[in-house]
Amino acid sequence: MSEERGSSAQTEEDEDLFVSAMESPEAARLSAEDLSPSSNGPRDDDPDDLFAEATEEVSLDSPERQPILSDGPSPAITPVSISPRVDVFDRSPDLDEEEEENRDTFDIQISVSDPEKVGDGMNAFMIYKVTTKTSLSIFSRDEVCVKRRFSDFLGLHSKLASKYMHMGFIVPPAPEKSIVGMTKVKVGKEDLSSVEFVEKRRSALERYLLRTVKHPALLKDPDVLQFLESSELPRAVSTQALSGAGILRMVNKAADAVNKMTIKMNESDAWFEEKQQQFENLDVQLRKLHVSVESLVCHRKELSVNTALFAKSAAMLGNSEDHTALSRALSQLAEVEEKIEQLHQEQANADFYLISELLGDYVRLITAVRGVFDQRMKAWGKWQDAQLMLQRKREAEAKLQYASKPEKLQQARDEIREWEGKVQQGERDFEQISRNIRREVGQFEKERVKDFRVVIMKYLESLVHSQQQLIKYWEAFLPEAKAIA
Amino acid sequence: MMQEGLDDGPDFLSEEDRGPRAVNVDLQTDATLQVDISDALSERDKVKFTVHTKSTLPNFKQNEFSVVRQHEEFIWLHDSFVENEEYAGYIIPPAPPKPDFDASREKLQKLGEGEGSMTKEEFTKMKQELEAEYLAIFKKTVAMHEVFLCRVAAHPVLRKDLNFHVFLEYNQDLSVRGKNKKEKLEDFFKNVVKSADGVLVAGVKDVDDFFEHEKTFLLEYHNRVKDSSAKSDRMIRSHKNAADDINRIASTLYTLGTQDSTDLCKFFLKVSELFEKTRKIEARVAADEDLKLADLLKYYLRESQAAKDLLYRRGRALVDYENANKALDKARAKNKDVLQAETTQQVCCQKFEKISESAKQELIDFKTRRVAAFRKNLVELAELELKHAKGNLQLLQSCLGVLKGDT
Repeated sequence: MSEERGSSAQTEEDEDLFVSAMESPEAARLSAEDLSPSSNGPRDDDPDDLFAEATEEVSLDSPERQPILSDGPSPAITPVSISPRVDVFDRSPDLDEEEEENRDTFDIQISVSDPEKVGDGMNAFMIYKVTTKTSLSIFSRDEVCVKRRFSDFLGLHSKLASKYMHMGFIVPPAPEKSIVGMTKVKVGKEDLSSVEFVEKRRSALERYLLRTVKHPALLKDPDVLQFLESSELPRAVSTQALSGAGILRMVNKAADAVNKMTIKMNESDAWFEEKQQQFENLDVQLRKLHVSVESLVCHRKELSVNTALFAKSAAMLGNSEDHTALSRALSQLAEVEEKIEQLHQEQANADFYLISELLGDYVRLITAVRGVFDQRMKAWGKWQDAQLMLQRKREAEAKLQYASKPEKLQQARDEIREWEGKVQQGERDFEQISRNIRREVGQFEKERVKDFRVVIMKYLESLVHSQQQLIKYWEAFLPEAKAIA
Repeated sequence: MMQEGLDDGPDFLSEEDRGPRAVNVDLQTDATLQVDISDALSERDKVKFTVHTKSTLPNFKQNEFSVVRQHEEFIWLHDSFVENEEYAGYIIPPAPPKPDFDASREKLQKLGEGEGSMTKEEFTKMKQELEAEYLAIFKKTVAMHEVFLCRVAAHPVLRKDLNFHVFLEYNQDLSVRGKNKKEKLEDFFKNVVKSADGVLVAGVKDVDDFFEHEKTFLLEYHNRVKDSSAKSDRMIRSHKNAADDINRIASTLYTLGTQDSTDLCKFFLKVSELFEKTRKIEARVAADEDLKLADLLKYYLRESQAAKDLLYRRGRALVDYENANKALDKARAKNKDVLQAETTQQVCCQKFEKISESAKQELIDFKTRRVAAFRKNLVELAELELKHAKGNLQLLQSCLGVLKGDT
């Protein structure tokens, strides 16, 4: 990913668009000042000016100030119809134009749709249609549709993880496996929970792909291209045992094991220590938030059910009331409550599909981020081990100096050269992964800010819509209540 | 004392504080006898109500006076009405339910136990919540006890009751002990007999269309009110739970806001602030629904039961009358104890007719009161729901405006 891009970004050719960090180490090298976490800009500022120095924090790559994303003039609040399939990553043209991102116009749209059940019983599985629309030249066509199953996605992730994680790239985790959820679908239960499960999974798969292609290196990856384009995909067998998260855990465990065994890393760069701490804190809070939101979803669903029950009961009461006007008013009340029940249901869906799923995604993403830090420690460990080994070889050679075994001496000297090379490689690798992580984290944080802002705003708008509806319903009811004589 | 802690908008409790708190009952306040509960004190597991009376009636020594009463004394008064044969033809105002702070106390205890596991802010917040909840229950129980007294004071016959005057005026402890086990058991059996009887009596078709209609109506109405009351309680509880969740979400967002190293920190703080405010409104919505809807239904559940009891008593009197008629016929046939049978029959007849006459008026009044109470509460419910929804909307829109403007 080319970092130092000036305003001529737009005019550069597509081929240069996604120059990977590995190829242009200079470009990827970020000055420490840009990333200094000590800039407490927004917090020190005048509290009313929320985003005074926001641009400084966010633009970690280009030296120019990047305009903060704007939706243009504040749009009138229009009712947002929340269907379960909420387009979280809806990128309006306005956003794209103002984003002077290094990725230029992010012109790729992916959708996962039309879940279809194939087969019967326990061997059944769901097939999803993956549609890619793009004008990027790395793709062979403008629009391509393929059919993929869940294990294909897991397979893709496991390949990407094994290729890129050790370099410090944050590889977006695949959605979780769910034995219970899937079993219900397999067994053929056409009930609401199965439908919801499939929709939840479809949405998660879509978000997964979109996050993956947002990463310039991953977008160029042949496995990704093959996944999106080729009609036939070799069946991913190894994923039957491992889920995406399983792989992550495995990788992380290895890293942890390494850390615990070898020397504690001498952290010379405060940035890494601070970032790690920040991500740890973020992890704790996001998990906590996720739990609360899940509880809210649950209670809102409960509220919806109980409101429906009350509505029915109120209708019955209205029926048995022998005062005509009151009877009518009670029936009206029942109707209002029925409509409100629907509102609660929709709101619960918004709670879930907007916020809860976002939080779930980020909890998993943060695990991936922390894993990447562990990879760096592993790289450091390897470098240290190489240094130790070199030390030992030198000592061995020194001893051999006084024994007249010319062959062994030569071998020792060869080994020293070999290990000198390894030490240099280890150092290079460590520095490379450190650079990559800085860049990745910067990008990740940028995305995180965007994601949360967009989603939370959407959510607030759904709340606005709910209240507007409530006002409508009660305003209609009030005269009915007053009419009781 | 306890923080009402509601910064925005008028204090939701102030609606209750306006004048006589006859929340669920539409009563004309009569200058000759006005009763209210001017103060209440919660002590451990007892609530002490200060019953305040203003009256121009000659029966009282002063025009204005107050006494302190406890729940058991209200029950004593109620039971004395029920047991009084003279009042058989009236709907006896239902007794107020016992003050129940158990749930609230339990929660406060749990909070104390869990103090170590939450942040100081969370603890303070939850404590405030629970205190507000306690206060709300407290105000409710005061209102319910007051309604009972107001109903009695408004009733043309019951207001003259001697026990009632003693209750109002006697400024010493009435030494009314709660029913002991034996008495409670007696009550239980009485009720069993009554309901068995009730079935018998209900089965007898009434010659009078009015009462026949009322019987059918009340039986069904009572059941449906019971159901609605239960369902409204569940609905409101879910609402409270959701509001609690939003509270926790607001807290976590606040923490996130203080920790985040990106632009999101200010964003989170703003949203956290918003949710704090909307959460308060949601809690008020639940509280208002509780007052205007749930309490209304609960009250009419109790009143409809009292009305059913009246019909039962009338039914009993009718059966007694019919039995007396049969006995009289038998006596005349045998020409034995005719005079006695005649007297018995006359007494039964008078009793029955007296009950029927007052019962008819009582049931008509019941309907009038019911319609008025429902109207008042449904209108107020709708107005409050609108007020809160508009409040919520305004908060949300202004926050969205700020957030969008800051991009």
